[in-house]
Amino acid sequence: MTVANPNFVEEVKKSNEFNASACMNCGVCSAVCPMGIELLPRKLFRYVLLGFKDKVLENKETIYSCLLCRMCEANCPAKVHIAENVRLLRYYLNKNVFRV
Amino acid sequence: MPLPIGDTIGILADNLKIRKSVLPISAKNATKWAEGLDLPKGGETVLYTGMMYQLIPYIEAMNKAQEKIEDTRIVDLIKYGRIVNKAVNLTDFMARPSKELRDSFDKMLANIAKLLQKAGVEFGSLYEDDLYSGALVYDLGMDDILEEHARKVYAVFKKYQVKNVITVDPHTTNMLRSVYPKFIRDYDLNVRSYMEVLVEKNIQPKNQLDMELVLHDSCVYARYENVLSQQRTLLQNAGITLKEPVDSGTFTLCCGGPAESLFPKKARESACKRVDQLKAVCSKGATMCPICLVNLHKATQGEIELQDISDYLVKAYL
Repeated sequence: MTVANPNFVEEVKKSNEFNASACMNCGVCSAVCPMGIELLPRKLFRYVLLGFKDKVLENKETIYSCLLCRMCEANCPAKVHIAENVRLLRYYLNKNVFRV
Repeated sequence: MPLPIGDTIGILADNLKIRKSVLPISAKNATKWAEGLDLPKGGETVLYTGMMYQLIPYIEAMNKAQEKIEDTRIVDLIKYGRIVNKAVNLTDFMARPSKELRDSFDKMLANIAKLLQKAGVEFGSLYEDDLYSGALVYDLGMDDILEEHARKVYAVFKKYQVKNVITVDPHTTNMLRSVYPKFIRDYDLNVRSYMEVLVEKNIQPKNQLDMELVLHDSCVYARYENVLSQQRTLLQNAGITLKEPVDSGTFTLCCGGPAESLFPKKARESACKRVDQLKAVCSKGATMCPICLVNLHKATQGEIELQDISDYLVKAYL
């Protein structure tokens, strides 16, 4: 069972740059990702918005595998700040999981 | 077993905080490129390396060590390495690049300086005060440590009364032009890459190279800093016929380099995909980022000759 934490997105949101809610789940980002990361970013962002913290924490390696190359952003019809959102997730994990 | 994310990031962040660079190298090795150029120290305009080219041989040597231990039980020891590294700079022991490789990257920097001189630009260097920008730590999400470091770097620019910064690589360009202003109020440096400056100065070629070349655009120049036309103008004016790979310009394919510090094998797989695209259109290629150059080079297997763009520009413009 997945536990939803409605405050999770506020914990991750360091600034207004986290605009994952603009994602309309079209899948272009996953299709063009050079790392072939199917999870990033649409499913991952949905986990954050739904408060599925455990699901996010299960996918730490994927979050750090992102190249921040912005190929997804260049193709995103909703203008989601994908790379910055991923970076903010890393900031959250560094602080709250890895304690660095 | 993959490299431990937290401890690896911790070592890089500790290095930046304690030693002002993710991979600390000696001032002698960091400034060797400027020998014989007679550049003044400081000034209104400076050529700023951000130590990227100088660090690449050390990054390559470190990555070779990382690739050997990735997926072995030795990675368990990295947590102890982080403790030791706080007192002793482990880079000195783990990353020992060849003199030949160091010299080749130093030469690229000297070439860039000579091109700017040829274009009539007056500039100085900050020598041992030319610090790493913190790009990798920022990418890994260590914003607090980056902010502290950015303030140190900015203070150096202010100390030398610098107004214009000429950068040599996309990552330093992005950090100084687009990231630092988010952290520093009243940030007022004018930052441009050397390729932008050369085009603005309308540098004219001395020789026509009459050759074909495939261009690998850097993701950061293409999608973060919109530096896309300058490299093409400089190469085409030099008589080079540019060949574009399947993914090019705004839609350039990443070299995989950003994954290198945590996932060396994934970085190599990405490099192989990109090299396949490049060699499909030409047997000679140019990069404009030292990280792209070193990462793609691992995947070439002698099937394509890749060089930094400055190597070609020097042949045409000097």
